[in-house]
Amino acid sequence: MSDIPGDLKYTRSHEWVRLEEDGSVTIGITHHAQGSLGELVYVEVPDVGSELSPGEACAVVESVKAASDVYAPVEGVIVEVNDALADQPELINEQPYDDGWIMRFGEVNHDTLAELIDSDAYLASIEDE
Amino acid sequence: MRTPLYEQHKAAGARLVDFAGWDMPVHYGSQIDEHHAVRRVAGMFDVSHMTVVDLSGIRVRDFLRHLLANDVAKLKTAGKALYTCMLNDEGCVIDDLIVYFRDDTHFRIVVNAATREKDLAWIEKHAKGYEAVVDERDDLAMVAVQGPRARELAATCLPAAGHDDVLALKPFNAVAIADYFVARTGYTGEDGFEIILPGEQAPDLWDSLARAGVVTCGLGARDTLRLEAGMNLYGQDMDENTSPLESGLGWTIAWEPADRDFIGRGALGRQKADGVANKFVGLVLEGRGVLRAHQKVLVDGVVVGETTSGTFSPTLERAIGLARVSKTIGDRCDVDIRGRQLPVLVVKPPFVRNGEIKVDIERRGERS
Repeated sequence: MSDIPGDLKYTRSHEWVRLEEDGSVTIGITHHAQGSLGELVYVEVPDVGSELSPGEACAVVESVKAASDVYAPVEGVIVEVNDALADQPELINEQPYDDGWIMRFGEVNHDTLAELIDSDAYLASIEDE
Repeated sequence: MRTPLYEQHKAAGARLVDFAGWDMPVHYGSQIDEHHAVRRVAGMFDVSHMTVVDLSGIRVRDFLRHLLANDVAKLKTAGKALYTCMLNDEGCVIDDLIVYFRDDTHFRIVVNAATREKDLAWIEKHAKGYEAVVDERDDLAMVAVQGPRARELAATCLPAAGHDDVLALKPFNAVAIADYFVARTGYTGEDGFEIILPGEQAPDLWDSLARAGVVTCGLGARDTLRLEAGMNLYGQDMDENTSPLESGLGWTIAWEPADRDFIGRGALGRQKADGVANKFVGLVLEGRGVLRAHQKVLVDGVVVGETTSGTFSPTLERAIGLARVSKTIGDRCDVDIRGRQLPVLVVKPPFVRNGEIKVDIERRGERS
């Protein structure tokens, strides 16, 4: 059974999005996504300062069996990436919503948050797969 | 389709995926732990999706000497096995397989699941001229038990009367024990057995192996193990458009005796005489990242080939791959991974055999 926290927003492409108090947003991939990929062995993150639009491929998570793109869920600028993933990509498997976060966006166009779905809609979307 | 072990896989919490129409376990939790279990102790794989075919007839040996690029005349004692390619008229690979000699009128072959239909059609077409009988044994299951302790643990699960015989087996030999056909073969680079047995007996054997401490392993670990062992995967590393000579399989072609007329010999002989432009090599990525199939291989920015397989190697903790490249390649090159050219070492497979790393991954120096 997938773990889908109710206080996060989601995309149908399996990213989770947390709105921080300072207006930035933190991004990772869902418990369901890491389970489908299997054990991660490599994560490629974008450069800090990258300006991204919703739906743009901006990171890559690779398991033993496959590589998968991570898409920008919102419009904004990368202000921080999770450097710990370079040595410990398995953090995404172990704690997808905590230490396994991937990147943080600043200067977020908050209009683009409206496109995200809530936990119930995300659960429904993975049950349809 | 489901193998006789489907319920075992489900009960063990396997993640099942479709493989050539079969519901097969890709892992039971951790593909990497399963990989290490085979390198360090013992693991077992359900490979019942593979196709077992028994061939019989007065002229069956002549038939196989025509059908296969390696020469079954080398098989002189009952149970002896041979790895070979089955070629088309162009000298390219229809499939790779293991053939077992049982007696002068009986052989057994094991071919890939994904190529079952075309293999059977090809074999039957050529069997006619030799009056050979082709009997697909879909009543049989197959379990591979692999690892440094695999033989010892598996022997305790086989009929007691056969213990001495299975433990006395030399590599690439098989013996029939009651309903079991036990071969000292595998696809992992470790010692072990491949056990062919009646499907209805497979669940009991599987459960008893698990009780003996053999770790259940999925096809995910099987792929990383075979790649570390430098073993080709049909459909990826070679296919109907590539010959054994450009797939690292030249050693499987029996050129002698010169008058043996095997299918593909003419085309293969011409290719050999003209010289093969490509060679098949192993690659180790120096830095972070993962090699995958179909990435471009470059030297000084010029494309010289392509990867055919790639993965993260749990033993080396580096990305490794196999590639078909220009034979002029030196000991270093680059691979294009998503638009970035990353340095790799060119090595001779295998990467790992019997638990030991066989390539020098710390090699550094000037680019050749």
